[in-house]
Amino acid sequence: MAGLELLSDQGYRIDGRKPDELRRIRCKLGVFTQADGSAYIEQGNTKVLAAIYGPREADQNMRNQICHDKCFLNCEYTQATFSTAERKHRSRGDRKGQDMSTHIKQTFEATIQTSLYPRSQIDIYLQVLQADGSNYCACINAASLALIDAGIAMKDYVCACSASLTKGKPVIDINHVEESSDCAELSVAILPKLGQIVYSELNGRLHANELPDVIDAVVRGCKDLFVVMDRTVREHLEETATTFTHS
Amino acid sequence: MSNSIVIRLPSKKRLNAQVPLSSNSFLITPGSVITEDADYMRGHGTYTNDDEEDHKLYASVAGVVERINKLVCVRALKTRYNGEVGDIVVGRIKEVQQKRWKVETNSRLDSVLHLSSVNLPGGELRRRSAADELTMREYLKEGDLISAEVQQVHTDGMLSLHTRSLKYGKLGQGCCVTVSPSLIKRRKNHVHNLSCGVTIILANNGYIWINSTAVDGTKTTGDGGFVVDTEPVQMDDREAICRVRNCILCLSRSSVMLYDTSVLYAYEASLQYQVKELLLDEIATEIVDQTLSLLERESSGNG
Repeated sequence: MAGLELLSDQGYRIDGRKPDELRRIRCKLGVFTQADGSAYIEQGNTKVLAAIYGPREADQNMRNQICHDKCFLNCEYTQATFSTAERKHRSRGDRKGQDMSTHIKQTFEATIQTSLYPRSQIDIYLQVLQADGSNYCACINAASLALIDAGIAMKDYVCACSASLTKGKPVIDINHVEESSDCAELSVAILPKLGQIVYSELNGRLHANELPDVIDAVVRGCKDLFVVMDRTVREHLEETATTFTHS
Repeated sequence: MSNSIVIRLPSKKRLNAQVPLSSNSFLITPGSVITEDADYMRGHGTYTNDDEEDHKLYASVAGVVERINKLVCVRALKTRYNGEVGDIVVGRIKEVQQKRWKVETNSRLDSVLHLSSVNLPGGELRRRSAADELTMREYLKEGDLISAEVQQVHTDGMLSLHTRSLKYGKLGQGCCVTVSPSLIKRRKNHVHNLSCGVTIILANNGYIWINSTAVDGTKTTGDGGFVVDTEPVQMDDREAICRVRNCILCLSRSSVMLYDTSVLYAYEASLQYQVKELLLDEIATEIVDQTLSLLERESSGNG
């Protein structure tokens, strides 16, 4: 994608956003009735469905993973065949998918209070319906909402956002075009209320002097995301809580 | 078959009538500070930091804060079933093991039903022999539904069940509805004979069993509750079962607490419609509204 101008002279990005602007977020909790918790999120054109099953009795073929003092997480990340511009069948165990699953699992192991659920298993299923950059971040946000819907004890929300650097300016929540250019990509997941970073990954090279700026920008992005997510959760709660407590 | 199919686009969920929460409870989301006061006790759904200086109490789930004296809990609106001793549950046999059955009860871990905590045919005080162990599958096999009572909650949250009463045992012909466990109102009695000829077991774990009262009345001491009546159920009984099922689904979709009165009111409100119509959105709304107004009238009449 060389030669493509990621940031115009007027300071706008390819899709018309400002450098510190997120894409439009739409999210919804409780999309499935069968799952214990579920959520759907759209960040721009990146669309992800998350379903949580559990905490439940560990599966027979997961017996070796059972811990007697905490639960274990099982995370499965899949990308739909039609999720990218080029139609491509991805098998369930492909490298990229497995890497992503591991990263998501690690992120949530740091957040879920696993010791409350001894000998159990929590399944996180993520399905990318449309991939337009920042898939990891959208997955984390969707899974976070779904876990809240499932009533699983967590320290805090987990909000993730990505950032890149063009023309010396940090740009956040990058889309597919920006992702596939030769810029560095930093993905960060934070616990917004506690102010902790639980995951960060840098693809590509970034000058050490520029890193603090990018991290600041990405953390601000996460906090903006959190506001939207928190609002959705509260609306969902109000919707369901009313008749409930009236008893 | 001219007008048999109804196809609709998904509609936005209707907002329930806003009922104000009681004064000492409010909504909270994970990671929020519930109180900075150090002398509150930490209940379910809350946590503190190990940090010595930090005495704040944080919420770990999204739900309603409840305070009982000094104890603070956050009750999530949707969770797995947390068993308590004495609860009535409906469960499905998942596995037959040595001397015990594994039962799926919508709880965090599978529950166990010991051979020693069931009534075997031939009276209360029968010794369990090795032969009984070998014939366990004759009493209950994989896939059978049972009703039972929680006898013990183990430290890791696993439940032990017992069926040492004629009220409990294998469930035969009927219909099982799954709702969220938090929708079941805790009552003294969870088994109700409705006037419409239907018996419902509103089990605490959110599994609701509906069957015909006529079929249910045949349990005797001799068989220990393992023999199932396979007589065909009458058509009008089936219709009543289906009607109750659809009413319960309507109520649970709008998260109305389920107990004998609310189900009965919904049933009465549904009588003007056909059974199959009850699942349509606007009719479900109508039934829920009527039920709620009846419940409200009743509660204001009493208070």
